[in-house]
Order: sequence, then structure tokens, then C-alpha cells
Amino acid sequence: MFSLLRSMWLVFLHMFHKRETYQYPEEKAPLPARWRGRIALTRDPDGGERCVGCYLCAAACPVDCISLQATEAPDGRRYPSFFRINFSRCIFCGFCEEACPTYAIQLLPDFEIAEYDRQNLVYEKEDLLINSQGKYPGYNYYRVAGMAIGGKDKGDAAKEEPPVDVKSLLP
Amino acid sequence: MNIYIDNKKYEIKEGKNLLEACLQLGLNLPYFCWHPALGSVGACRQCAIKLYKDEDDTKGRLVMGCMEPVRENVRISLEDSDAKGFREQVIGWLMTNHPHDCAVCDEGGSCHLQDMTVMAGHNYRDYRFTKRTYNNQDLGPFLNHEMNRCIQCYRCVRYYKDYAGGKDLDVFAAHNHVYFGRCGDGKLESEFSGNLAEVCPTGVFTDKTLQSHYTRKWDLTYAPSICQGCSLGCNVSAGERYGTLRQIANRYNGEVNGYFLCDRGRYGYEFVNSQQRIYEPAIRPHSNGTVNKEHIIEVVAEKIKKGKVIGIGSPRASLESNFALKQLVGTDNFYLGMSDSDHDHTGLALKILKEGPVRTPSLHEMEQADAVLILGEDITNTAPLMALAVRQAARQQPIHDTEQQLHLAPWQDAPMREAIQDKKGPLFILNTFPTKLDELATAIHRGAPDNLARIAFALAAKLGADITPVSDLHEDEKELVTRMADALMAAKSSLIIAGYGSGCDHFMKAAANISWALQQQGRTPMLSLTLPECNSLGLEILGGHRLDSAIDVVKQGEADTIIILENDLYRRADEHVIDEMFKHAKEVILVDHLYNQTAEKATVILPAGTFAEADGTLVNNEGRAQRFFQVFVPKGSVQESWRWFLQIADKAIIPRLNGLQNLDDIIWAMCVAVPFLEKVQQIAPHADFRINGQKIPRESHRYSGRTANLAKENVSEPKPSDDIDTPLSFTMEGYRGEPPAPLIPYFWSPGWNSVQSVNKYQTEIGGHLHGGDPGLRLLEPHVNGKPHYFREAPDHFVPIPGHVQVMPMYNIFGSEELSMYTKGIAQSSQDFFCMYMNPEDMHQWGVSPGIWVSFDVDHHTYQMVAVPNHWLPRGIAALNAGLPKSKIIDLPQCIRLCGSESLHIAR
Repeated sequence: MFSLLRSMWLVFLHMFHKRETYQYPEEKAPLPARWRGRIALTRDPDGGERCVGCYLCAAACPVDCISLQATEAPDGRRYPSFFRINFSRCIFCGFCEEACPTYAIQLLPDFEIAEYDRQNLVYEKEDLLINSQGKYPGYNYYRVAGMAIGGKDKGDAAKEEPPVDVKSLLP
Repeated sequence: MNIYIDNKKYEIKEGKNLLEACLQLGLNLPYFCWHPALGSVGACRQCAIKLYKDEDDTKGRLVMGCMEPVRENVRISLEDSDAKGFREQVIGWLMTNHPHDCAVCDEGGSCHLQDMTVMAGHNYRDYRFTKRTYNNQDLGPFLNHEMNRCIQCYRCVRYYKDYAGGKDLDVFAAHNHVYFGRCGDGKLESEFSGNLAEVCPTGVFTDKTLQSHYTRKWDLTYAPSICQGCSLGCNVSAGERYGTLRQIANRYNGEVNGYFLCDRGRYGYEFVNSQQRIYEPAIRPHSNGTVNKEHIIEVVAEKIKKGKVIGIGSPRASLESNFALKQLVGTDNFYLGMSDSDHDHTGLALKILKEGPVRTPSLHEMEQADAVLILGEDITNTAPLMALAVRQAARQQPIHDTEQQLHLAPWQDAPMREAIQDKKGPLFILNTFPTKLDELATAIHRGAPDNLARIAFALAAKLGADITPVSDLHEDEKELVTRMADALMAAKSSLIIAGYGSGCDHFMKAAANISWALQQQGRTPMLSLTLPECNSLGLEILGGHRLDSAIDVVKQGEADTIIILENDLYRRADEHVIDEMFKHAKEVILVDHLYNQTAEKATVILPAGTFAEADGTLVNNEGRAQRFFQVFVPKGSVQESWRWFLQIADKAIIPRLNGLQNLDDIIWAMCVAVPFLEKVQQIAPHADFRINGQKIPRESHRYSGRTANLAKENVSEPKPSDDIDTPLSFTMEGYRGEPPAPLIPYFWSPGWNSVQSVNKYQTEIGGHLHGGDPGLRLLEPHVNGKPHYFREAPDHFVPIPGHVQVMPMYNIFGSEELSMYTKGIAQSSQDFFCMYMNPEDMHQWGVSPGIWVSFDVDHHTYQMVAVPNHWLPRGIAALNAGLPKSKIIDLPQCIRLCGSESLHIAR
């Protein structure tokens, strides 16, 4: 009898508590920056595609919903010729983001990607690529990698010596 | 011999080093500079282990596993903290300059350096200073060069120069600046350069054709396959992704190709993805609408029932497909689709190997030969990997001598090479043209093929063969015969090589005579004969009529419907001959995978599967039957040729093929019909084979993108295709342990992602795969048979006035039909079609170099550019054999010179 009354009293007190309910969709919940939502492909500070088509995201994906084909531009930059994520399979685990060595693939705080037609959940590269650096501003993979690309020759990357002169015997 | 590793007793064979012993026992010990085919040099310091003096020694000392021989009761430790710490340090140093590249490196995922770094426990980079960089070189169409990634293990130059005999890759500069490359940009000259991609433990040399459609190893769908490039039948793993073939990797077979492939085999796969591929059936003249499979089968069955049908088989199609066609048209109506000279050569080779008392060796056995005689054959171009084997054989005798004198083990690579210097074992080459093996030869002799064959016959007579003696040899020729006879008699196991390459079958006869005579003298010789194509011997075993009789039959109206199996007949006989045949034929039904000149004449085209889209069996030049497996499910209506024939036979109601449905059925029927092929049933497990109730997966357990690959067309994933023909599955589901040797799709082992994981599949390092190497030999020597010597040597070659005898010149790049669809191979081939002639002949006939010369063949005039070649004897001319669009095919033949035109062609 006592516990019954106590419960009623506690419920009554809740009427005066601060409200936790958001009136979604009129009111949006503030999501933390590291929320694992919609997946995007970001760009580096120069505006180039960050994705180099290394296939690590696809390999890490536990539901195998990422598919891509790597290719190489004439200037030596690698990029995916297509990049597809099947969001109808995606479980938003974020493994792809963790696997990505170039900070290209990132999960954004956006979950509003519901569709009436399942086919529309298949995102191609043009749907995924955004014009932003996402959560990791300033990082440019090719500035630290050893491959030469247009505008960055051997020895130009961070912490690189100029190319060896093979004809020299000097120490 | 007993050894103790971490206080555990193991048994191991004598003559190994401790690294080999550890790997063979399944223990993980990292290494770089050691390679099973190249031996040890102890340069990388990665395989450090603790070696103890005896049971009481607790301190021990660090030694390099690869440099220490296995000794009785030796005690070592891999797990010792000093050894482990040392290995971790060493890889840390090796990694200091390694770039931050894995994401854009083609080696990633099958990289020995990645594997070893993880294995040695070097998890974090301590080095935070600047890194050394290098400029790269353009190494041609087959290999990428990215020198920054180099860890200076020296494997590339040791393989390229020491093992494969290449000249143009070397190490430059000094101290911590050493550079592995060429003197300047340019294509690597060696025919075996592609192996650098597998020999290099990291991504300095990577496969350029793979890069053009790059896929990681874990994403490829692999199946065990057989190279289609020549008659040697090297084992390969073919990898597919998104419906196109992406890569050919070496598939170790201890008896056949070991660790290496030639560039034609490795890169000649791109025809599978060619624009010229046929994917849908067609009927000419065009029927209304598209032709579906059922309809076209009915149409063809109808045509077969009505017409007088003959079938033309193909040496580049599987045994099964040829057999199905043979049964479909009836034995009497089956013709072998080989040129007449190829037919003669193959028939002769089969007769020699089947009836003779001498064994034909596998490539592995060839490497062990200590005296080699090559008759009229440029094996670098006609059977490339055989040339690599001969290069090893040339070192056998000095190695044996050094082993005895200095007590060095053969795996002690550096001291062994130091002791041998440039000593070579006996190698004799009789060939019209210079060959790449000449640099190793003890003696070389040049001349007209018939004259060289006479020397070989004289050698056979000298060795005691019961043949008509050859007189009128020159003094130097007589001396050469004596030298060769002495060397062959002194050798423990000599190797005699001949083949189709010169177009002169006297070489094969002479080779047979020589080896038989040696056998009778109590020696153990080996006889190896090269053949034109991947299934030439298989087709010959199956048997059929000659191609020219097919042409006669059609011309005389005894047949009006021709079924052609995977064959471009314009590569089998001269153009005018085939044109004539097609003119008389009412229906030409072609089953092929590429749209070629024959397809233009066909009235019905059925799309056949290439080696990557079909299952089948090939017989190599050794008589080894080997199975290749379908890699992926093809586009369109493509299916195996034999399946087309079975379906047509079903509609046309041919009782000989009644009720046969899948691969095992047709193999069974073939073995019943041709008892000689009995063993073909046993070369691989049947389709119902399961391990723990599971199939063997073609895809790795890390295969990615299953739910996205096809999502663009339809978000609901289709059911994966079933494979009713084999125990392999097209998915990643299945048994994850080690499959039986014939079914290994790719080599992988936990912690060993690169091709170096093959160590885990071998009973002994460099030995057989577990359960025996795949493939079964159909031909064994007729041990007690009395050799029927070929008694008559050819006559001395005498030029016929106004005529030239045209002989073929084969080239590794260009002479093979399918590999020419690879851009890099087409680039590397001879790009123009010309007639090589003796300069004196040209002078006599008033032909100046670069002029169009007219030749008369059966009253058909052909024109070609004449080019002088000093090696050609008078009266002999040569053509680059097998180049696309060549019009004179049937070589050798005697053709008449009609005259030259003064039209000068700028070359």
C-alpha cells in the first residue's frame, strides 16, 4: 500500500521536472559531432577527393555494404571511379571510418535518410561526396605519403629528403 | 634428424637450413632476403634465432636462421626474448624510410613486409625524422616502380640477374642510397620480369596490368587455373572482380612451374576482358529480334540433323570441349584444328613419348639436369619457362663439384656463386638463329635446320644408335659431335630438348635417337619436346583427321556444315586455303570467345567461355593432364563449349552424348571412350567432394562488397550462382582450411597474406604440395620397349634456284594468339610483318632491303617487305610466326620468288 502511494507521488513530482522530449521533427535534437549517422566522403584542404580507393573501408565493413573501384588519374592521384554504399544494409557501426587511412570516409551527425523505396538507399559517389573536410580539417594524405602526384614530386612531402642522386658517392 | 625448437623435439630432413626447417614445421619466423628458389645470403638479419650449445646452455647466441644448417640435436629458440627483441629492432630499422603509402600501394593486402612487420611485433614507428626518397623509372608496360618502398633485401637483383639471367636490372649508388633499377627508363628485357612483382617483398615492383583495374587480393575471386600461353601448362591462380579478370598470380606446383611464370603467362590474360569478346549468340543472315539460347540450340540442332557435318577441334580448347565436339559430329567427321606442320610435330612427339623408352621430364626435373642439348629450338620464345629451367640446369654441374670440394650446401647462395664464378655445365645449342641461352652455352652451332639435324643424327650414331651413319660432316662438326657425345655420356642425367620451333621435325627424331641411344648405354637421359599450344598433346591423344582433309572434304561437297571449336582457322592454314573452304561450306557454326577473322565468315556464332569462364582439362607437353576451373560466372549467354555441344546433342538426339549434363559426366564419358585418358578422372576431386560438408570457397573470408556490388541494378541481392561442375563455390562461404592441392584457389595462411604463404602448403620447402602436386602424367616411358630409331638423317640442304624455304621464327610476345590482346604484349611484339632473307640471296635476286617482294604460294601471290638477316643460310628465309593478320601460315614451306617492286617502304 505504501509503495503504491510512493510511486504515485513520484509520478506526480515528474510533472514539475524539466521536459526531455523533443518535438521532432519541428525541433531537432542537438547531436554530438561524433554521432555515427549518414556516411560521407570528404575532401582535403585543397578541395581534392580524399578517398584514394584503398578498399580498407570495404574490407572492414561487417555487412559488406561498401563497394568501390580504385583508379588512377593521369597526375598520379588515386580515386574511386565508383563508390557505392548500400544504406539499406549499413548498420552505422563506424568501422569504415576507423579503417580509413586518409580521413575520407566519415560518419556525420545526420540520421534523416529514410526512404519509401529501398532502392533509393543505394548511394553512389555523387551522393556521398561532400564539399567539406568533415571532422578532420587540415589533413591531406598526399602531403605525408611517398607517392608523387601532380604538384607534389618526390621529396616534397612532409619529412622527406630530396630524392637521392644515384650517381653520387658522397656520404 | 632431430632438432629442438624451444625445447620441443622435431624431426627434419638433412641438408636444410634452420629457417627452412622452422617454416616447414609450420612455425612463423620472419624473413626477407631468403627466398626458397634463391637460397640464403643472410643479408636482412630478420630471421634471427637463439642457438644453444647444448642442453645446459641457457645463454645461447643469436644466429641467422637462414645461414645455419640443420644439425643433429641442435637446440634453438624462436621465442627467446633476445631473439624476438632483435627481430623487432631489425624490422624497425628496415621500416625507417618506408613511406606512409600502404593505402595507395598495390602490394597492400598481399605484402610480405606488412606480414613480417606484424609478425615481428613492430607495431609503432619510433623513427620521427626525415625519410629518404628516390625517383622512379618507367619499366615498361608490365611493372610499376616505386623505389621509396624498398627495404634493400636484394631479392630483385638476385632473382633477375642470378636466377633469370637478366642484364638490365641492377643495384646502383652506395651506402644508404642503394638504388634498384635500370640504367635509365625502359622496358625490362627479361621475359621473366613479371616475377619481380612476387619476388619483391614489398611494393617496389608491382603488376601494372593489375593496377589498371586495381583490386586487393582479398577482393578477388580466385580459381585454380592453367596458363594457356604455351605447351608447358604452368599453374596459375586467376582472379576476378566485377565480372572482369584482374590478375594472374603464380600457383605453385612443385613439379611444373615452381615459383615463377613468364611474362606471356602472367600478363596474357586480357583477352578475357577484350572488346572483341562474343557474349551473345548470333545467326547470319540476321534473324528478327534477339536470339535466345533455347532458340539457337534448336536452330543448330536442326542444321546438324539436315546437313553433312564435320567438326574442327582446337589445340587451345579443353579436352572436354574437343571430345564433346568429336562425339557430336562422330569420330569419322572430327578434324584436328592444327596446321599441318603442327599436326605432324605433335603426332611425332606423341609417338616418341608414348613408344620410346625415355622419360619426358617435368620442369622441376629439367632444373636438375647436368648436361643439356637443345636442338633447333629457341626455348626462350617457344616454351619460356623451360628456358628458366635450363638456366638452372646449366649451374648443376658446378654446384655438384663445389658441394663436394668445399662442402657447401646448395642453399648457401653467396659463397656458392663466389666459388662457381662463371663456370657452367655442358649446354650445347644447335640452332639457326642466336638465342638468349647462347650466353650459357658450351658450344653453339648454326646453319640450315636440315644440316643441324644431320649433326644431331651423327651424334646419335656416335652414341651407338642403330641408324644410317651420317657422312660428309666437316672437321669442326665432327669435333663438336665428339664433344657433345663425351659430355652427354659423362652426365648423370642429361636433358635433350627439341620441338616445333624450327618447323623441322628431324630435330625431334634426332633428339629421340640421341636419348634412346643414351638410355641403351645405361645412362638416364631425359627427353623434352616443346609443342605449339596449351592442349596440342591432349588433342592429338584424342585423335582426328588432318585439317587439310577437312578442306578437301568440304571442297568435294562431302560435307556442307562445319562446326568450329574455339579456333581461328586463318591461323591454321594460308588465307587462300581457308577462304576456299568457307566458299564451299553452306553453314559455318563457330563456338568461340573472340570475334576474329573466322567469326566474320560464320553463319552461326555461339559464345564460348574462356579459360576463366569454363572448366576443363589440358594436357601439357610432358603429358601431364591438369584441370582448370571456372573463375567467375560470365556475362550474357557465355558457357563452356562442351556445354553448348551437350545441349545441342540433346536437341539433335545424338545417342553418343545422351544424358550427359555436367563436367563429371563428360569426363566420365571421355574416359570410357578413350581409355588412354583414364587418369583424367582422378586429377581433381569430383563435384560432390565436400570437406565437413562444405564446398571450397573461391573468395577469401575478407571478401568485401557482397551487399553493394550489384545494388545499383537491384537493391535485393540475387542468389549467388551455384557451381554444379566442381567442388568450388562462387561465394566466400565454405571450408576455410587447406583444400586438396588441385583445388587451392589462392595461397593464404593466417599472418601470411602474400604469396609467400605457399610455405604453409608444402610438405617440404620447395617440394611438393600437401597430398602431391596437382596434375597426373598420362605418358610414362615404355621401359622395356626396344627403340625404333629414326634411321634416316635428312639430306644436306640444297637451295632451289628461285625459291626460298621459309621457316618460322617464334617470339614470346606476338606468336601466341590470345596473349596479343594484352596491350603491353602487343606493344612488345614485332610490329611489322616481314620476310627475313639471307643478304647474299637478296643481292643475287636484286632485292634491296625494305622493298616489297612478291612470293608465289599455290598460284596465289603474297607480298612482303624483305629484311636482311645475316644468320639465315642461303636459300632459307624466315617469317615471324603467328603475328595477327599474317597470311602465310603453313610453315615451313618452299615458296617461289616472283619479283620485287621498286616501291620503297619507309620503315
